[in-house]
Amino acid sequence: MTMDRILISIAIMAIVTYLVRVAPLTLFRKQIKSRYIRSFLDYTPFAVLGVMTFPDIFTSTGSVYSALAGTIVALILGYMRKGIVTVSCAAIVVVYLVERML
Amino acid sequence: MNWKDEFVAGVKGGIPIALGYLPVSFTFGLIAVSGGLPVWVACLISLTNLTSAGQFAGTSLIFAGAGYAEIAMTTLVINLRYMLMSLSLSQKLDKSVRLIERMIFGFAVTDETFVVGSLRPGKLRTPYLFGLISLPILGWNAGTIMGACVSSVLPAALQNAFGIALYGMFIALIVPTARDSVNVLMIILMAVAMNCVLTYVPLFSAVSSGFRIIISTIFGAGLGAFLFPKEYPDEEITGQETTVESEVR
Repeated sequence: MTMDRILISIAIMAIVTYLVRVAPLTLFRKQIKSRYIRSFLDYTPFAVLGVMTFPDIFTSTGSVYSALAGTIVALILGYMRKGIVTVSCAAIVVVYLVERML
Repeated sequence: MNWKDEFVAGVKGGIPIALGYLPVSFTFGLIAVSGGLPVWVACLISLTNLTSAGQFAGTSLIFAGAGYAEIAMTTLVINLRYMLMSLSLSQKLDKSVRLIERMIFGFAVTDETFVVGSLRPGKLRTPYLFGLISLPILGWNAGTIMGACVSSVLPAALQNAFGIALYGMFIALIVPTARDSVNVLMIILMAVAMNCVLTYVPLFSAVSSGFRIIISTIFGAGLGAFLFPKEYPDEEITGQETTVESEVR
């Protein structure tokens, strides 16, 4: 991946994100009435984060076993409502330890 | 209220947001740099995007070597909720807020600034809006710089384990809400099931990772909106379930 490609990708991300935010504030200032569309927009972040995580998480480390251990720990801590940093760091530590044992 | 008082009121509203952003953007800086990006590029992403889920997703697509169209589509889908928030906020902005000021404030519409701005009684004027976004922007970038700098001095062995960090973050973002809402849980499961089909069924092997994400998301959230449409008792959009980042705090 060349630096040019990375910078163009970042520019695309920035422009798309900006337009999505600013268009309704400046151009069309009407409220969405459709229950369906509003629900869809509300649910989207959860669907997209779930999809970005599974099943890719299982191939994110050196082995499936360490990834599985990290996933389980993250799910448990997430269920306990631990913060984002705690969950992430715990998963990293578990993956590190499991990979050293293997 | 005069200009200064309103600005100060906005800044005060932004303090907890900025503090909440620090650990999240720290993690972003860490992941971006341990994934191979230079420190300045990680900071550039935070400076120009100012969004958690969207820039995490975009960055992991950059790592995966995804095409421009996939990056644009994924960024669009993951950030569509901002459109809803901006729509809602646009009803709350005072008529005196000029176009250029809307264009500046709009850059910093996030789940958190939306919630805090929406909950403030009355119409929102420019000084309040600018005060509100100042510290969150600062916090998001400061955290990224710190995370990015720490990452470059971490031992290589530990950096290897960082492959899971991003996913751990995603889990921390969705599991608490899935625990509270069976509907959200079902939507995540439906979307993930579709993603597994697209990933593992040979027929779909030509579908690239970016489009897999888009198709599965639209499938899950679309079916979910059809099966479990939410009640919106008043005309205010509360954004309660869309506050992805605020679940963190």
